[in-house]
Amino acid sequence: MPVLLTTDVLIFLLFALAVGFGVYAARHEHLRAPWRSVVRSPVGVAALVVICFYVGIGLLDSLHFHPRIEPPSVIAAAADAGGTGEEAAPTARYSTQVLSVLDLWLTGLRERQEKTFSAPFATHLFVKEAIEQPDGSVLRAYPRLAHGGAHLADPAQRNRDVMLRGLLGLVKGLMAWTVLAVLLVGLLAWRRGESFSAVGEALWHGRLSAHTAGDGRSDDPSDMGSEGAPGDGIPWRVALLTLGLMLVLCFIAAELAATYHILGTDKVGEDVFYQSLKSIRTGLVIGTLTTLVMLPAAVILGIMAGYFRGLTDDIIQYLYTTLSSIPGVLLIAAAILMLQVYMTNNAEQFDSLVQRADLRLLFLCLILGVTSWTGLCRLLRGESLKLRSADYVQAATALGVRNSTIIGRHILPNVLHIVMITVVLDFSGLVLAEAVLSYVNIGVDPTMNSWGNMINSARLELARDPIVWWSLAAAFVFMFTLVLAANLFADVVRDAFDPRLRSAR
Amino acid sequence: MSAYLIRRLFYALPILIGVNLITFVLFFVLNSPDDMARMQLGDKRVTQAAVDSWKAEHGYDQPLLFNADAPGLGAFTETIFFQKSVKLFAFDFGSSDSGRDIGYDISQRMWPSLAIALPVLLVGLAINISYALMIIFFRATYIDWGSVVLLVAMMSISGLFYIIGGQFLIGKLFHLVPISGYDTGPQATKFLILPVIVGVIGGIGSGTRLYRTFFLEEINRDYVRTAHAKGLRERVVLFRHVLRNALIPILTGVVAVLPLLFMGALITESFFGVPGLGSYTIDAINRQDFAIVRAMVFLGSVLYILGLILTDLSYTLVDPRVRLS
Repeated sequence: MPVLLTTDVLIFLLFALAVGFGVYAARHEHLRAPWRSVVRSPVGVAALVVICFYVGIGLLDSLHFHPRIEPPSVIAAAADAGGTGEEAAPTARYSTQVLSVLDLWLTGLRERQEKTFSAPFATHLFVKEAIEQPDGSVLRAYPRLAHGGAHLADPAQRNRDVMLRGLLGLVKGLMAWTVLAVLLVGLLAWRRGESFSAVGEALWHGRLSAHTAGDGRSDDPSDMGSEGAPGDGIPWRVALLTLGLMLVLCFIAAELAATYHILGTDKVGEDVFYQSLKSIRTGLVIGTLTTLVMLPAAVILGIMAGYFRGLTDDIIQYLYTTLSSIPGVLLIAAAILMLQVYMTNNAEQFDSLVQRADLRLLFLCLILGVTSWTGLCRLLRGESLKLRSADYVQAATALGVRNSTIIGRHILPNVLHIVMITVVLDFSGLVLAEAVLSYVNIGVDPTMNSWGNMINSARLELARDPIVWWSLAAAFVFMFTLVLAANLFADVVRDAFDPRLRSAR
Repeated sequence: MSAYLIRRLFYALPILIGVNLITFVLFFVLNSPDDMARMQLGDKRVTQAAVDSWKAEHGYDQPLLFNADAPGLGAFTETIFFQKSVKLFAFDFGSSDSGRDIGYDISQRMWPSLAIALPVLLVGLAINISYALMIIFFRATYIDWGSVVLLVAMMSISGLFYIIGGQFLIGKLFHLVPISGYDTGPQATKFLILPVIVGVIGGIGSGTRLYRTFFLEEINRDYVRTAHAKGLRERVVLFRHVLRNALIPILTGVVAVLPLLFMGALITESFFGVPGLGSYTIDAINRQDFAIVRAMVFLGSVLYILGLILTDLSYTLVDPRVRLS
């Protein structure tokens, strides 16, 4: 039975918006041209591929449902091979648990819990326990893990096994990549009406020339290289290389995660790799929904302030100066504290813990949006002030066009690029902010998987000796990859849309 | 100048009133003091008597806006709004929910915060400016490119990791300085080294990148071309012309954050156990001490507005072309 959490709805709304905007941008040259230069930049393309992987996981994790519980009697009846004809199954019962499609996919990871900490690829628990020997004596030693490397008869074979499985994953990843690459080349060949081998060679050639020119961003050599590539100047070889790298990593991880805890387990024995994957959605939600919820207010108020001037301007300026003068962290803290008070006093309104955590996440997005819309509002106000005196706006006013029409037709399309740059630029900062806020306990719900919560709980274990480092490392790697990709992408987008804005930040 | 200052201070007043109203609505209207009392007392089945006594103890037992029972002006002064919000304007913060005088605590805890924030700001400024200048000196080479990549990578690391990494490397591995704690007087230095280093390193990424853009903007100006054409050496151009002009946006940016230094660094202080205002705030948040959070919100906005005014003033000082009107 599907469950629609509020953030899910918003995420898919956002996704639809993004797609719709993409279609809109493709029809308008002034928006298409900058995007074209974005996808022509090797850095931008590589970052985009990485982001796509994250977004894919996040979307999968946003399809929630209540799993169906098979009543034991039905299973027993099914085992009977249906002799009695008891086909009229009792009304389907659903568990109160809320799962996502990603959970379903990662069922193995989710259910293979250990007792407590274990290091990455470990076959034994991280802490000593009293083990009862077959002969009745009790030995204090590191017990074998229930799942990690349980298939090995002799733990000493572990390294060989890991290597073999890694290789298998590598081969599988390369195979998947080859299939995709062949499809892409085929598609390009079909579109360009050239032979498959010619396109393939040109693409390969482009890649080779990039190698000889040094793997630099050094715009000139890579631009020259992309000239050799087929298509419309899109650096396909960079895209394919990044894709290949990500695919290979994914397949190796998948292959190894089937039998090991590749990033170890945490204090309650949960797989850290699973946690990291689940945290992706939280990070993405914070990074994108925050801007989504603040956009309407910022855009409408910003344009109104700049366009109408006078009293409207004064009021709106007062509003955003007041809001921005409250230190962001404190405003968030105050709001979240109030939410907590509300939630403890009205606990009966929430059906499940998941819903409660979800509402808190949404509220966090809202309040983060409140603290971050002022910057965009100020930028839009300035830009509308400038546009207001543009000739075509003056002409429209003189012809008696209504204000709303002028704003919709002349002002809004001309400030869209600022909106877009802000959305992209804010993303990475918000992902980082989530970690810090969760550390102060004013972030997402403690029951929710997030990198901030991972860091927070891992921090307490740093004092152990030997040190428990894997939770931190996992959160670090996952976060760093996403934020770095987002930062690089944002740079490219900003440069493409408006080099002048570089100084505004 | 003084007329301008006075006018700016008057402009600040409505903003502070707005901040006050927002916090009032957040803390008292959305949730009644009863809710707060129940939360503090912790149990679902608290008796109304217990709630009432908690409220009376902490001064939340008055009506919100208008006290019909009180005579004369008391109708307005003996209310939560007056007692808890209006009094903030006189910097009378009242006492925290645990009974301590907030004003006294703030005045005590301000200094450790400053002892960390000021060195971080100054050392960070020096390092960021020199690094950005170096990048500019080697602009359009691989040093430039590599540095930008490094800066973006440094920006992409959460501040938490700098703190954890710093504590682990310097404190635990090399045992150079204590991991956390604080002391009064000169002994405090050894406790300050690590937070300052971590703070500076954590700020290099975004700071240097920003300054690099400032420098880049200046270096494309006409006067730089003239200076080059005159035959000035690169060093002279950079230090005498570019640096001085780029310092204008840098300094005004710094002035804006100067007052906020008193607020301290939230995360750094609580990680390193420094008894500053940052850890004070975090403790208050964790203890759900609303009185302190309210006081800090107000103090923060006062300092922010002060920063805005100082920025405007500093513009006139460093750039004679700007006139206050």
